[in-house]
Amino acid sequence: MTTPQRQTRTDAAIDVIELHKHFGDNEVLKGIDFHVDNGQVVCVIGPSGSGKSTLLRCVNLLEQPTSGRIFIEGDEITDPDVDVNAIRSRIGMVFQQFNLFPHLTVLRNLTIAQQRVKKRGKDEAVEIARRNLAKVGLSEKEGAYPAHLSGGQQQRAAMARALSMDPDMMMFDEPTSALDPELVGDVLGVMKDLASEGMTMMVVTHEMGFAREVGDKVVFMDDGVIVEEGDPREVLGNPQHERTQAFLSKVL
Amino acid sequence: MGMSPRKRARISRGVQYVVLAVVVVVIVLSADWTTIKDKFADPDIALAMFPEVITTALKNTIIYTACGFTFGLALGLVLALMRLSSVGPYRWMATTFIEFFRGVPALVVFLALSVGIPTAFPGYVVPGDVLGTATLALGLVGAAYMAETIRAGIQAVPKGQTEAARSLGMSGSRAMVSIIIPQAFRIILPPLTNELILLTKDSSLVYLLGYTASTVELTSFGRQALNQEKNMTPIVVISLCYLLITVPLSIVVRRMEARAGKAR
Repeated sequence: MTTPQRQTRTDAAIDVIELHKHFGDNEVLKGIDFHVDNGQVVCVIGPSGSGKSTLLRCVNLLEQPTSGRIFIEGDEITDPDVDVNAIRSRIGMVFQQFNLFPHLTVLRNLTIAQQRVKKRGKDEAVEIARRNLAKVGLSEKEGAYPAHLSGGQQQRAAMARALSMDPDMMMFDEPTSALDPELVGDVLGVMKDLASEGMTMMVVTHEMGFAREVGDKVVFMDDGVIVEEGDPREVLGNPQHERTQAFLSKVL
Repeated sequence: MGMSPRKRARISRGVQYVVLAVVVVVIVLSADWTTIKDKFADPDIALAMFPEVITTALKNTIIYTACGFTFGLALGLVLALMRLSSVGPYRWMATTFIEFFRGVPALVVFLALSVGIPTAFPGYVVPGDVLGTATLALGLVGAAYMAETIRAGIQAVPKGQTEAARSLGMSGSRAMVSIIIPQAFRIILPPLTNELILLTKDSSLVYLLGYTASTVELTSFGRQALNQEKNMTPIVVISLCYLLITVPLSIVVRRMEARAGKAR
């Protein structure tokens, strides 16, 4: 492996340099180089197995990269000496399967990390949690357990949980893929609100409408590489690359 | 003529009831009820066992079991975490411990602590008297089983739970304590209660440590009465006392399972 060619963009929210990821003999990411600017909404699209979820999960080190460097607001999360937990608490993460804590009420789901990680007092944590529950339209559900919520409500609660940590950026791993079609709109609505507030967002998604309407940049991945990236209207409306055209003709 | 399957099932069920009824009638008519009552349920013998059977024997059984279970649970949790450790020697030590104490009869463990250690190391005593030794012995045996149960429970919690906790900035150990272990214990509540019931019965082995009127547990107490009276009644009484512990336990667990099922 040669040393990375380019310097870090210290002003970028997320900067990924020459990222490779192997699962055994299977190379899932084959040299990814990309960045997300502050306040930008970047949508990552591509066929399943293209490596887009793995890329997202590498950014907060849920997957350990095989090689390459990743910077979060100038701090290298791939540096072995860095406090990964501290950097992670600045990155909100929303999962396809919601991953709410089933043994805790909705409110407790939102306060536990605030208290344990951010060391906030209980009153402050509850106040922040309630503010975020109101934001996602779930104020009346704070005492409920996750199992009593619909998929869409669970995903909105999961977003409120991530937001309660006051993250600098939010990452979404196919946030609507596990939802019944009629529940997708509510979740996308909250994401649009977030984007309009200026939140930095990295979204792995199959929602082309969302990518076109809300995204500042679209990244098309296939077979472990970034094939094409740029303005959503350009990439989605006038794809330059054959593989992008083939993919879009199937999903649009 | 062929019969419909449903009709055949009804006839088969009828035959089973008839057989049962005949067996019951034969037993009721042929049994010598007076002798049975005298030998199994002599009220004088039963009453003579009270109140000590409750205030001393049952109480001691509960105390030995509770202390052994508590110690075993704590040790089992440590062993389970060692089994899941990324540090090889921890895993090997835990595996060795578990294999040893699962493979060796509880009776042997009690023998080692009651006779073996005092003989081999004259002057050394396990602290805490009979209770201390009983806690240690029951705990060692229980821990080996509970460690495997707890490990399975931890591994049964979906991986996404750890990921969600870590993505919120929790450290690995914090996620384990706040998120994974509470869910694991909900999952393993039934097998853990089985272990408690097994330990309740193993507490009868405390007789090997010797006993006095104040440290006697149910089985030894029953045996004393049995030797005196040459009658089955004491056995019936202490059996009912054991059920007094185990049946409510089962009911409590069924309740907890129902509630956990709702929250999942």
